[in-house]
Amino acid sequence: MLQALRVRSANWKQVPRGARATGKLGPLMLIYTVKRIGLAAVILFIVMLAMYAMVFLVPGDPASVALGPRATPALKAALVERMGLDQPIFVQIWRFFANAATGNLGYDVWSNRPVTELILQSFPSTLFLGAVSMSWALVCGIALGCLSVVMRDTWADRALGILSVSFISVPSFVIAIYSLLIFSVWLGWLPAIGAGHPGDFPSQIKAVILPAFAIGITWVGYLARLVRASMLEVMEAPHIRTARAFGLSESKIVLTYALRIAIVPTVAIVAVGFGSILSSAVFVEAVFSRPGIGTLMTTAVAKRNFPVVMGTVLFMTAFYLFAVTAADLLIARLDPRVRDAFRG
Amino acid sequence: MRSGARLDPMGTFGAALVVSFVVIALFAPWIAPFDPVALNVTKKFASPSWTHWAGTDQLGRDTLSRLIFGTRTALGISLSSVGMAGAIGLVLGLIAGYGPRWLDGALILVFDALSSLPMVMFALAVITVLGPGTTTLIIVIVLVSFPGYGRLIRAQCLTLQGADFIQAERVMGASHPRILFRHLLPNAVGPLIIVLSMDVPVVIMLEAGLSFLNLGVRPPTPSWGNMLNDGYNALRQSPVLVIAAGVPLVLTTLGFTFLGEGLRDLLDPRLKGRLPR
Repeated sequence: MLQALRVRSANWKQVPRGARATGKLGPLMLIYTVKRIGLAAVILFIVMLAMYAMVFLVPGDPASVALGPRATPALKAALVERMGLDQPIFVQIWRFFANAATGNLGYDVWSNRPVTELILQSFPSTLFLGAVSMSWALVCGIALGCLSVVMRDTWADRALGILSVSFISVPSFVIAIYSLLIFSVWLGWLPAIGAGHPGDFPSQIKAVILPAFAIGITWVGYLARLVRASMLEVMEAPHIRTARAFGLSESKIVLTYALRIAIVPTVAIVAVGFGSILSSAVFVEAVFSRPGIGTLMTTAVAKRNFPVVMGTVLFMTAFYLFAVTAADLLIARLDPRVRDAFRG
Repeated sequence: MRSGARLDPMGTFGAALVVSFVVIALFAPWIAPFDPVALNVTKKFASPSWTHWAGTDQLGRDTLSRLIFGTRTALGISLSSVGMAGAIGLVLGLIAGYGPRWLDGALILVFDALSSLPMVMFALAVITVLGPGTTTLIIVIVLVSFPGYGRLIRAQCLTLQGADFIQAERVMGASHPRILFRHLLPNAVGPLIIVLSMDVPVVIMLEAGLSFLNLGVRPPTPSWGNMLNDGYNALRQSPVLVIAAGVPLVLTTLGFTFLGEGLRDLLDPRLKGRLPR
């Protein structure tokens, strides 16, 4: 009986036969994939163009802004030449694209190091922070969402609802500062600054706890609500009614039969969520003086170091577009209605 | 709207918080006990007392007065920029939803390109070009927000155009302006207002966050973000400052979120499940 229920739970959305049964997705999926990737490429192109256009929007010339008022004419001329600002605009744009295509995003105005190198150096730390934040948020968010459903319409459900909204709305960097004050300054349990020592994994874990807590808490609230909402929808499905008629316990139904389906939109949203997590990381890294993309960006912005800012924004946008496109393709693979909608 | 429909308790709580903050912002000069920018170096980092309820900062300025004036900064920037972004989104969304198809395609591409940039990254890029300051902040917020509103209005327009009453108007020979302004606009504005009120806390957070990084409102203008930064730099000497600066930020974001949620449940439950930015 349980086996039959499981099969039915996987098919309750009435997926057209054929597509999933044979494992072949046919031309629709291919068209959708091509269109989706094409769209991402066009967007990336526009973003690159906009990034480059920004340099020309700077009041005053970029070289003087970047080097500051005390720069000598010789220094400025050297920078203008290095950034290629003395070339005609089409040559500049062509160079920018050609270089970006080969992974060359220009050079740091101050240290003269390649921007790509700076990004690759700081990205792993931010990625680690993002992954830890998202992981704990997923575990706690899904658990709280399930708990809400099991106890729906009780005071506990309402309290969890209010708690989730509060988690969503409180700014992550305020949580970061408060937790830094409590756990590092007052209690001294966890390190206040840095990302731990290279090669020393326990110290890195210790250093990531507070930042990941501050970033993830928003997502705990968000995921809890999302799981609750999509689970309540699933709870109306015929196979759940059948399970209930067989006398299975509520928690068994929620965890074994409802969660499997209710979790699909959640997993899809994780990719999009990574973008918002990267945004929070900018502030949280500043609070904990963690090396990472956020710190790289904020120091570059403060010094108006154009190549570093442009390169980092471009890299992060490409990364984000990749994640979102991959997630869209995954959703289309799971849900044929999406790719059908794209046909029209 | 159902007749006699009312905000739920949390929505009412949110509304009360929002109203109090608006009152504080409007009457800041009368409520604040001290001048928010008056220095008093002999009294720096004073602990909370009967004269200075929330203590003083590193320059001896009264923290409570600065928080009260900071409400003006936070609400002024967020309401004006969200309002502007809403107006731009409304116009472009109507054009995309009602105008020629090629224009729709082009606008959608612009919306998608702008909203595919992680918000803070984009904000930092604009600040690099224009330099930090209140105007830059408003430009940034408008640029990152309007695509979402444009998309919302466009979707509303497309749905409404299929509706029977619009079809009927068209058959009866109604002019384009009549359809646009008498039917599409009033029907599309409702959801926009809900989304705008739910975005105010996001914008307040962004303003405070960027000011915290010294990339937003320039000192000495009191802003919660600047104050958090002052407090952060004096975390060990005077934790009161950082604690006090975080409280109004948390309360306003909570207030606007609860209000927005309440309004949404009341007016348009379809907007549930919008992604955070």
